[in-house]
Amino acid sequence: MTGAAITLETAIWDVLRSVEDPELPISIVDLGLVRDVQVEGGRVAVRLVPTWVACPALAVIRGRVQSALLALSGIREATVEYAYDAPWSLDRMSERGRAQLASHGLSVPRCRFAEPPVCPYCGSRDVVQESMFGPTLCRATYLCRSCRNPFERFKPPADA
Amino acid sequence: MPDARAAIADPAVRAAYREWLLRIADDELVIGHRHSEWTGFGPDIESDVAMSSIAQEELGHGRAWYEQIAADDGGDVDRLAFGRAPREYRHAALLEQENDGWEYSIVRLVLYEAFEVARLRLVAASGHEPAAGLAQTLSREERYHGLFADTWLTRLAGAPDGLERVQAALDRAWPDALGLFESTAADDVLRRAGVLPSSPGALRETWVDTVRPVLEQCGLAVPPSAGAREGGRRGVHTAAFEPLLVQLTEVWKSDPEARW
Repeated sequence: MTGAAITLETAIWDVLRSVEDPELPISIVDLGLVRDVQVEGGRVAVRLVPTWVACPALAVIRGRVQSALLALSGIREATVEYAYDAPWSLDRMSERGRAQLASHGLSVPRCRFAEPPVCPYCGSRDVVQESMFGPTLCRATYLCRSCRNPFERFKPPADA
Repeated sequence: MPDARAAIADPAVRAAYREWLLRIADDELVIGHRHSEWTGFGPDIESDVAMSSIAQEELGHGRAWYEQIAADDGGDVDRLAFGRAPREYRHAALLEQENDGWEYSIVRLVLYEAFEVARLRLVAASGHEPAAGLAQTLSREERYHGLFADTWLTRLAGAPDGLERVQAALDRAWPDALGLFESTAADDVLRRAGVLPSSPGALRETWVDTVRPVLEQCGLAVPPSAGAREGGRRGVHTAAFEPLLVQLTEVWKSDPEARW
């Protein structure tokens, strides 16, 4: 790869990191949505992997990624598509992403939804699930019995 | 098993495969619409949100399957979903029936989710990408629907007059549920070509093995396995479908060329 190509690829990843998920205060790169990036000449092809296939934010994210890429000098054509060859899983989320969601009051399981939930406010495990279906497809709702706070927890698709 | 992708080069097999994917997409679209009718009317706020989320997911899954078909045909996704005549839809009767009470909707959800798991497993095992990968992805999402349905079934059947009401709903839903497994010439073509490593009959056995313990643990009797209501997979639907389709397609038909 030439120096110019490396610079362009770095610029592309910087742009991708600037795109936020419309429903979570987190970059799509930290959320682990970017499967791969291919650059050839002035053409870039980005493959994304959805957390939830029916997520209403998918079209918004695709649009944001595409316009951000086309704004880069050196990019003439940008294609953005969702790929299903390997499903999204929690281990795709970065440490920084987890920290950002936690500071937003959203509890994030380490590996699996089936793990015991922890209250993001007081750290108690004495919590009760109110509903598996929260305000977005990727969130479930809980009540902490220790500090009496309601909270939300990130809900990944179930284990295969 | 012959290589699925090589088999798909044959136009007859390709058409049969399209037919199969269309069944999945249409099942999801139609049940998604029925579930969405609970929005604002659920028995409690959590269940209202849950059924609305399940509706949103099934509609989104339908969209993903239509996209697969459209990518192959070069057609328009919205036109495929909303622009067909009633006889061109391939969903089973179970999905189009009206929500006749919460217990009926829960029974239908239990029966359909178990079917979805079995069917998605079959598509995932077909090796034909990208449908196999999509099926794998979706089966992880469907898991929560099944949990919700089974929990509610137990709760309803345990209520004072619940068992009789749930049993009546089950008896009503059962012939329609058996219609999910209706076989057409497309199934034979796909099995001979090795695209799908199973038949509707075998799928039905897997399904009965899954739902029987769930129903029996609630004290429900599994209805007789005869008397499937078929026709849906051939485009013959019950009286419930046309009004549903009118409502479902109303906005799109007001301006089919609009970009949303």
